[in-house]
Amino acid sequence: MKASRALAIPYVVWVLIFTVVPLALVIGFAFTNQDGKITLENIFAMSDYMAVLFRSILFAIAATVICLIIAFPAAYIISRANRINQSTLVVLLMVPMWINFLLRTYAWMTLLEQNGVINRLLGMIGLGPYQLINNSGAVILGMVYNYLPFMILPLYSVMVKIDQSVIEAAQDLGSNKIRLVRKVLLPLSMPGISTGVIAVFVPSVSTFIISRMLGGGTNDLIGDIIEMQFSGNSYNPHLGSAMALVLMIIVLFMMSLFNQFGSEEDVAL
Amino acid sequence: MKSISSKIYMYILYIFLYLPILVLIVFSFNQSKSRANWTGFTLHWYADLFRDERILTSLLNTVIVALAASVLATVLGTMAALGIHSMGKFSKSILMGATYIPVINPEIIMGISLMILFRFFVTHSGFQFGFATLILAHISFDVPYVIYNVLPKLRAMNPNLVEAAQDLGCNPRQAFFKAVIPEIMPGIFSGFLMALTYSVDDFVVSYFTSGTNVETLSVTIESMTRVKVSPKINALSAIIFVVIATILVVKNILENRKLRREMALSRAAVKEAGSRR
Repeated sequence: MKASRALAIPYVVWVLIFTVVPLALVIGFAFTNQDGKITLENIFAMSDYMAVLFRSILFAIAATVICLIIAFPAAYIISRANRINQSTLVVLLMVPMWINFLLRTYAWMTLLEQNGVINRLLGMIGLGPYQLINNSGAVILGMVYNYLPFMILPLYSVMVKIDQSVIEAAQDLGSNKIRLVRKVLLPLSMPGISTGVIAVFVPSVSTFIISRMLGGGTNDLIGDIIEMQFSGNSYNPHLGSAMALVLMIIVLFMMSLFNQFGSEEDVAL
Repeated sequence: MKSISSKIYMYILYIFLYLPILVLIVFSFNQSKSRANWTGFTLHWYADLFRDERILTSLLNTVIVALAASVLATVLGTMAALGIHSMGKFSKSILMGATYIPVINPEIIMGISLMILFRFFVTHSGFQFGFATLILAHISFDVPYVIYNVLPKLRAMNPNLVEAAQDLGCNPRQAFFKAVIPEIMPGIFSGFLMALTYSVDDFVVSYFTSGTNVETLSVTIESMTRVKVSPKINALSAIIFVVIATILVVKNILENRKLRREMALSRAAVKEAGSRR
């Protein structure tokens, strides 16, 4: 068996070069300045961006909660359908997901614009035009729209394993709908919830395109600020790395909060 | 789906998911450049699309990068899975932990950290941003999915399989290629497909690692949505949507047919068992 263990050597080298070293470089950049001196100035400079950081976390939590509220009944309904309907409903859920998310977000731009489809339709019945885009609601909507399937699919995959007889037993024992959800469905779907929460929160808190396209430059998120440090005019990879480090810490915190319920088997979505 | 209310709920959900895409497609046939005003039917945005050098080049780039990265990631990941499978608990858990990082790390962090690494390569050697950096970056986020798909197949494999093959006269090499590889092939294949999809779809990592000379399709789309937009994007979305929807729906129909046949067979078996009694 020694020989087959050696097969992993190229991958170990790969992980070192392309996962470990880049992350070490980010940490190194975060604590140095242009001259290569060790410094904490990048970390202190973060205090100028507290509002952005706070907004990113708030938007991501809002998007995650909304996704959970929409996804929970949807996943339950799909999991109780017959097997053929189940697979059809799941495929229908995945089709939009396979379209590039830039195009999906662009689609919402055309709907929400000042002269967009929704305002045109409202105009026909004498309403509006309303300011639907370039505000925080539009950014959160973009997150919900793009990442909703990431919540429904893991929830569905745990709910489908809940035996119908468990639900019937709860009902026979006098559970009403609310108690059924609270005492039976919610505890049993906890692994799916934690996977879904992480799968929605992580891309939401770190996005930089959704906020740019739907937020109109007034709702910059931490991702936008990081991106500017690396490819915008304000090129400063040291500050960008410090922000990336903070973002990583937020993500790790979120994961440690939810991983105690989760199983690692569902991650490879 | 028993109750009316759950049916209505699902309809609203799917309308929410599909409406934006359908609006996009409808306006790909619109004569004027307006994204909201319907002025008449035309196909000329499609004609424009197929004459657009930049889009066609970036489409070709996407295919090259995605194919190269997913093939290489499949080889690397399958080898890694075989190695991990025969490791002790300790080294296995360390390597699996490292494999988990690209999956859970925000894409933007993966993008900028690889960008910093490649910048380092560029300043210290003749290395250039372009296909090489894109393919290296794509392999990095593709490999975990190959490993996640191959490992379960290895775990499900009968541990005596290799010995059986050798008892039947295979040398270790033949045993590996004639017994082990065919056994885990479905996992290798689904890992490859997953890697390919992630590569084709990727924007964030490509955005930071492509440099200025080589653009993938999603990078091109992003820069097109930045400036005044052309309905060519709508036409492109429509084509992508139709291709993907067709593949998935056909796959689903075939699977459902198989499922129905299985269900019919099992019903027949039950009946048969009943009549025998």
